[in-house]
Amino acid sequence: MYKIVKAKELAANIYLMDVAAPRVARYCEPGQFVIVRMGEDGERIPLTICDYDREKGIVTIVFQCVGASTKMMASLQEGDSFHDVVGPLGCPSDLVKEDPESLKNKKILFVAGGVGTAPVYPQVKWLHERGVNADVIMGSKTKDLLILEKEMEAVAGNLYVTTDDGSYGRSGMVTQVIKDLVAEGHQYDVCIAIGPMIMMKFVCLLTKELNLPTVVSLNPIMVDGTGMCGACRVTVGGKVKFACVDGPEFDGHQVNFDEAMRRQTMYRTQEGRAMLRLEEGDTHHGGCGNCQ
Amino acid sequence: MDVLKKVPVREQDPKVRATNFEEVCLGYNQEEAMCEASRCINCRNAQCVKGCPVAIDIPGFISKVKAGDIEAAYQVISEASALPAVCGRVCPQETQCEGKCIRGIKGEPVSIGKLERFVADWARENGIVPEGCKEKKGKKVAVIGSGPAGLTCAGDLAKMGYDVTIFEALHEPGGVLVYGIPEFRLPKKAVVAKEIENVKSLGVKIETNVVIGKSITIDQLIEEEGFEAIFIGSGAGLPKFMGIPGENSNGVFSANEYLTRSNLMKAFDPDSNTPIMHGKKVAVVGGGNVAMDAARTALRLGAEVHIVYRRSEEELPARVEEVHHAKEEGIIFNLLTNPTEILADEKGWVTGMKCIRMELGAPDESGRRRPVVIPDSEFEMPVDCVIMSLGTSPNPLISSTTEGLEVNKWKCIIADETNGKTTKEGVYAGGDAVTGAATVILAMGAGKAAAKGIDEYLSNK
Repeated sequence: MYKIVKAKELAANIYLMDVAAPRVARYCEPGQFVIVRMGEDGERIPLTICDYDREKGIVTIVFQCVGASTKMMASLQEGDSFHDVVGPLGCPSDLVKEDPESLKNKKILFVAGGVGTAPVYPQVKWLHERGVNADVIMGSKTKDLLILEKEMEAVAGNLYVTTDDGSYGRSGMVTQVIKDLVAEGHQYDVCIAIGPMIMMKFVCLLTKELNLPTVVSLNPIMVDGTGMCGACRVTVGGKVKFACVDGPEFDGHQVNFDEAMRRQTMYRTQEGRAMLRLEEGDTHHGGCGNCQ
Repeated sequence: MDVLKKVPVREQDPKVRATNFEEVCLGYNQEEAMCEASRCINCRNAQCVKGCPVAIDIPGFISKVKAGDIEAAYQVISEASALPAVCGRVCPQETQCEGKCIRGIKGEPVSIGKLERFVADWARENGIVPEGCKEKKGKKVAVIGSGPAGLTCAGDLAKMGYDVTIFEALHEPGGVLVYGIPEFRLPKKAVVAKEIENVKSLGVKIETNVVIGKSITIDQLIEEEGFEAIFIGSGAGLPKFMGIPGENSNGVFSANEYLTRSNLMKAFDPDSNTPIMHGKKVAVVGGGNVAMDAARTALRLGAEVHIVYRRSEEELPARVEEVHHAKEEGIIFNLLTNPTEILADEKGWVTGMKCIRMELGAPDESGRRRPVVIPDSEFEMPVDCVIMSLGTSPNPLISSTTEGLEVNKWKCIIADETNGKTTKEGVYAGGDAVTGAATVILAMGAGKAAAKGIDEYLSNK
């Protein structure tokens, strides 16, 4: 069992938890993820590691309620436990393999969308600890859905916050902010964009035009997370890759986003049913003719 | 009783079992077992033992069954095998012990597998556990993977008095026994979990959720956690795909994914929240045991199921019993047929499969006749789900993070067949991680050989 030592709601339907998982905390690096399971018959849920404390043996995860399992997860309190936490999985971010001195000469732009702010944070923090200040664009639909703003402010070089509805910070999508920054004369050597698939797709379309190399972190459907099932396969540069072992980070200009988005919908009907079962009890069995 | 024939084993009716996940084979009762045991002529130079990768004293245990002393029979088997209830169910006896049985020359061989299964089931039902070791050696050995190779190696080392810890990447121990082989062939709670309990009762510790090569490396286990020897039994994990157009369409799965969802994640159970595709017409590509398992699972989930295999029936790598069961249940075999493209609708969901007919040409290096394309024989097969069961290759997570551990061109770990020794001192390996995809019992044989190798190494260290 893996004890939850802290649980808090960051924004509507977005939760942060510190979990005791010493084996994960010991060697994990920014960019990697864990898979958690709530109970004996729970789903395996992949989540990017948002922060870690090697000495205390704690990893931090952030998740948004999107289905039955994450909704149940949101009800867990400090003192409760996860049945399973496995990791770290996937490859560390390319940044951590680079020489910190050469990183100092690089202009790095992070683009974080919605709950994607959580996986961006450990990378910016890692760089900050090595004296590298990266610029960060943080976007969300509206002010109430912004997360980790203060934490990010403490480690980022320049932080640009934007909301789609203009309720806070700049107004508009993150792609608009990229355009604005470039128009203002900012120059970047690399962009790291993490957020909803559709956001990453449009960031990549733009940065390709701008000739700005871009790394994205994908979160496709997964089962085991160790390369065994192949559910997470994505096409990158015309080649099939497994996001769990070859990624989760890839060259964004090479990713086939349309295919990746299509594959994310694979179990939508069944996930919807599971959600209904959770909300309405065991009354919804499909068969109404409207589900398939 | 016809002494030339096996005592028939009771099975669930094919029509009934095609709709449930209960075990197909019901096994012998004691009367049937004793009757079958009486067919064994107790050869002095028993060929069956030579056919067994873990060299169970087969005439020895059968003579105990004959005498009605089932507990003694169990202890005889336990000396050689840690997983008799599993092996009695999934071993290819026809090519091993039973294939060598003298009775088989004129008539049917003794039903060794079904007798082994009976003895193991009887022991479990009567609470008999294998005998452990009293004297501890005080040396720590790590075993990577809790599948058949790892469990066997760990069990044998524990019996010798070593302090053994198994590291398992998934949340449940058992490896392929849990994620790969379906419930209707190998019940998980009743059989697999109990056999794992038996291994634990020998003193073996199992730590789940540890991915060696990610959570911690082999070198760190040796340097930081004090393990003096390591056995790698991590299996052959990575699924192969054909590389044909449309293979990433929605509705195309690896057999690994499909079976893991059903077996490990319990998607076969309507109360489970694990999603699995309920195809209406499913094509399973491949002809091995895993293909049969995937096909029979899809059938039980309500589909019309086709096995699509490029060679003929004779070359099907699956066990004869599995093919027989699949046919009985209504699986349709499309042989000498090879897919060339997966077709999908505008939303990316599978609508069919383009195939081409094959014929058999001259034998290839494997000795099997090579399938060759019949020109202009393309046709379309309407299906809404395709399961690729083309075999697996070893996972590079361990080999790529362990310095000095060499692999061959198929990425299989290089290890000595007789003792499991790898190119790195103190590190041993066996099972599918070494051979590529093979059988449960061959992996157990390798685990056993490596346990001996490790004991020799640590005794001389």
